[in-house]
Amino acid sequence: MDASFFAAAVVAGTPLLFATLGEIITEKAGNLNLGVEGMMLMGAVIGFFVGLMTNSPILALFGAAIAGGMGASIFAFLTVSLRANQVVSGLALTIFGAGFSSFMGNKLIGQVVPVNIKDFFKPVHIPLLSDIPFLGQIFFQHDVFVYFGFISVIALGFYLYSTRKGLNLRAVGENAAAADASGINIGLYKYIHIVLGGILCGLGGAYLSLVYIPAWQDNVVAGRGWIAVALVIFASWNPYKAIFGAFLFGGMDIIGFRIQRLDIHISQYLIDMLPYVATIVALILGTNKNRKENHPPKDLGVPYFREER
Amino acid sequence: MLKIIKRDDLSKRQILKVRITAIVLAIVFSGLFIAILGYNPFKVFYNMFLGAIGTKIRIEQTLTIAIPLVITSLGILVAFKMKFWNIGGEGQILMGGFAASYAALNFDFLPKPILLLTMGIFAIVGGGVWAFIPAFFKIRFGTNETIFTLMMNYIAIKWITYLQFGPWRDPNAMGFPKIPMFTSNAILPKLLGVHIGWIVALIMTALIYVFMNHTKKGYEIAVVGESIDTAKYAGMNIKVVVVFAMIVSGGLCGLAGMIQASGVERTLAVSLSGGYGFTAIITTWLSGLSAPLVLLTSFAFAIMIQGGNFIQTALQIPQSAADMIQGMILFFVLGSEFFIQYKVQINKRSQVAGDRNE
Repeated sequence: MDASFFAAAVVAGTPLLFATLGEIITEKAGNLNLGVEGMMLMGAVIGFFVGLMTNSPILALFGAAIAGGMGASIFAFLTVSLRANQVVSGLALTIFGAGFSSFMGNKLIGQVVPVNIKDFFKPVHIPLLSDIPFLGQIFFQHDVFVYFGFISVIALGFYLYSTRKGLNLRAVGENAAAADASGINIGLYKYIHIVLGGILCGLGGAYLSLVYIPAWQDNVVAGRGWIAVALVIFASWNPYKAIFGAFLFGGMDIIGFRIQRLDIHISQYLIDMLPYVATIVALILGTNKNRKENHPPKDLGVPYFREER
Repeated sequence: MLKIIKRDDLSKRQILKVRITAIVLAIVFSGLFIAILGYNPFKVFYNMFLGAIGTKIRIEQTLTIAIPLVITSLGILVAFKMKFWNIGGEGQILMGGFAASYAALNFDFLPKPILLLTMGIFAIVGGGVWAFIPAFFKIRFGTNETIFTLMMNYIAIKWITYLQFGPWRDPNAMGFPKIPMFTSNAILPKLLGVHIGWIVALIMTALIYVFMNHTKKGYEIAVVGESIDTAKYAGMNIKVVVVFAMIVSGGLCGLAGMIQASGVERTLAVSLSGGYGFTAIITTWLSGLSAPLVLLTSFAFAIMIQGGNFIQTALQIPQSAADMIQGMILFFVLGSEFFIQYKVQINKRSQVAGDRNE
């Protein structure tokens, strides 16, 4: 395995990273949104569509972010304001998002990302850092979107662990009643962070359609949203650990091609199972850790009603 | 100020009214959405309806779609009643189809009724085993069943694809990667124009209704779903209940796979799950976890799926429009539950003060 493999794993892991970070924010607010796959699909199709129409990478990303955020706001309205079942609401969002993307994308099949946008997402070598042997090639010779992922990890880590608002957010997820008593606006916190989570998921989807593929194909997300939900558990709700999980699974995603190149005779379809089997293994390992800091937010999935406190 | 109060005074008729309002609103919103995307919603809905029940053949096709939907929904119902979020219906259908196909391709010397019965039993085992795996890890390690069952879907898809391109590939298909067709022995006979899966679906509905409402195990499943603590306090063996319910759940989905393989595809193919595992989640939830109502919701959704297929060919409108409408309906029904459980009052300040004086 050479550095180019790991570099490719980072690229393949970037959409997973965005979605995982999005779901971490959402779950830190105490809501389990299983609509990640749907929000990624919505972001992927809108990002691609806007990119094709406007030729502008920035507008494409905006479109994707808004699409993901819109999906999340449906979920937020259902689960926060209307107190609907979170699991089923998330599933509904995935079903809706999948239908939406394949409906919207029906006429886009086979279309390719405009040159202008392709150029925008060309790999950029970061001076000095990209010259570090081995590591430089793995981490610092990528497109701007990948770097944006790195920055998001640091920003989210800083927000969660070093700011007042991040502390409040964690309080909302851990014990909404106590947070409410200390004067935190539970509903507002939940709404903002669920929507923020959706925006990140939408961007993750857009990475697939705009940079990774970069053309439109139906069901472009192909289960990555679900892998991201599992990665949240694997990373024990920690954005810094999420980056390792995402790149590890990015590696799983591309290992099939590599194995074929090595001339090992295993059916491609069995190798294709690998990310999913690995997700299950990660899920079991992630759940089985009994350390205190690895526990999910205490109020995760529990709707909060002040009246029923 | 808005005040939200819990209520339990709604009659069945009022609840029904709320649900119907939700579905009507969902259809109106879907129509708006379709209009925004540049199609005529009335034309779309009319054609969907026409495509689903316009002629005798179309009604038969709609029923053929309703059959696996009913059986899968019943499976999902058992799991959801326990609040075990089995979204692995797709995989369980495929593995049921796989096990049934194994019997169909290897025991084709058996007389038809015995072969079909064997296929059915194999399918129940196949789906049951596929559901048992996540159930085992759930009770042993507390792993999240939602993601686990979903990952099992993908593994099942890859497994069938592997068989199709590898060991089970039909050597007589002139290089075309497909699994051999079943012999006539392994194909479900038709009755009144539709394969007899519809009788199986009706029998299963009755069985699950009795099982959930009139047996000890069914009751235990409901109690575990309501409160694990209560179940523990009552001395139930939760692990046994969870595993049992999931095997029933997966077994039913597996049976749906056998029916699809034998009655519709006449071979094993990835397409035989056809999204039923996911649609069943909606139909089950809409039924309010009631087996008889599953018949109704499944038929309604079969109309939508068949109608979706029809508008694709008739109007060149992508069939995914139907998927979107399904999601939309689920949104509205989920939201409407709020108005069943709570009422919203507008409080004026003076009133609040008045309350205090009482």
